[in-house]
Amino acid sequence: MTWAVWAPLIIPFLAVPAARRLAAALPPRPAALLLVAAAGALACLSGAALALLAGAAVLRLPVVASLGHLSVPLLERVAPAAVPVGVVAAVAAGAVAVAVARVLHGHRAARVRVARELAGHSRAGDLTVLPDEGADAYALPGRPGGVVVTAGMLRGLDADERAVLLAHERAHLTGRHHLLLLLARLAACAHPALRGLREPLAFQVERWADEAAAAVVGDRRLAARAVARAALAASAAPTGRLRPAGALPAAAGPVPRRVAALLVAPPLARGSFARARSVSAVLLACLLVSGAAAAEATTDLHEDIETAQAGSAAPAGP
Amino acid sequence: MTEDIRRQAGELEAAVLVVLWAADRPLTPPEVQAALTEPLARTTVATTLARLHAKGTLDRVRAGRAYAYSPAVEDRAALAAQRMHTELDKGDDRQGVLARFVSRLSSADEIVLRELLEQAAEPGERS
Repeated sequence: MTWAVWAPLIIPFLAVPAARRLAAALPPRPAALLLVAAAGALACLSGAALALLAGAAVLRLPVVASLGHLSVPLLERVAPAAVPVGVVAAVAAGAVAVAVARVLHGHRAARVRVARELAGHSRAGDLTVLPDEGADAYALPGRPGGVVVTAGMLRGLDADERAVLLAHERAHLTGRHHLLLLLARLAACAHPALRGLREPLAFQVERWADEAAAAVVGDRRLAARAVARAALAASAAPTGRLRPAGALPAAAGPVPRRVAALLVAPPLARGSFARARSVSAVLLACLLVSGAAAAEATTDLHEDIETAQAGSAAPAGP
Repeated sequence: MTEDIRRQAGELEAAVLVVLWAADRPLTPPEVQAALTEPLARTTVATTLARLHAKGTLDRVRAGRAYAYSPAVEDRAALAAQRMHTELDKGDDRQGVLARFVSRLSSADEIVLRELLEQAAEPGERS
């Protein structure tokens, strides 16, 4: 097997920074969709590469070789390192499968647990209010889901700001944002570099809901104020932990960036499209090379098999 | 279409519950009507309040000739809320299950945010 099979495993290290830069230059909705699409495609291709590497080693198993009428010595000659590499790939693929299963199971278990906890609370329409003085708010997907908000949060905001909060959480639910976040989590199981896409996706999804809420109330400044006041209320809440003082972080956290984004012009009017175009060219090239390499590696493996079959059609040894 | 009507009814109930939770005392239907951000007919508000009371979501007390409504809270609900918070803060699961309105702030974030809030509070909204 040639170099091609390694490309899908290496390219995420290049494509992830490109996707992050491109997402930063796009409006939130296309940015979020781009991040999820990139994560999904790169994860599938790197999974395929692992499967091909492991598959090449599986061919050497005597049972498989005899079933496929393959000549093992010939396979040995065309791909000498296939067995040790294949074993490592199989272990990696097993680890990926376990991680994916754990994420899916944890996701389901958490949903069941939260749904059970919500029963019996003050509920009307799609809203559940928790009688808690700490300020907090969530969007909870699924059947008994909806918007969950604490009494402390409702009392910390004025009526217009509360409308922003509800519109924001409903935008998460109607946009099925939890599925995007789950997909990115699953992709991160397949390749460690893809973990770098989760944080920008979480940010873009919040921005998406912020913009949707601003559109519902028809006032971006009001939306900015609501997000800022909610964050300050949440951080002043009695349930909040002590924050480490001192050492200022290099970059502002996600909430100030969200508020700042709402205070400037809407995202469509902004951003340098020339830069976005060149970064997207890089990202597209990464994906194309990765896809082509996976296809090439599949052809290689197929050719190896045919060579080995041709070899075993000749005298099969004593 | 019916889906849309049901959604609107749900959002109206939610809006009423928000108003009652945000208030620090029971409210009469006219008071609820005044506190809602959307202009709604008095009868619509009164019907919604009565329906939520029938479901057990709201308590009501006599206030002169009308009723005043407040959210019904089970005794064990406060305890359950506390338990839920500890459940939610457990582990990494929550990110996929719920999207939180605001994440935790660093102390630097808080300073930046207060400055931004001053900008946002400046007059000249809806230019």
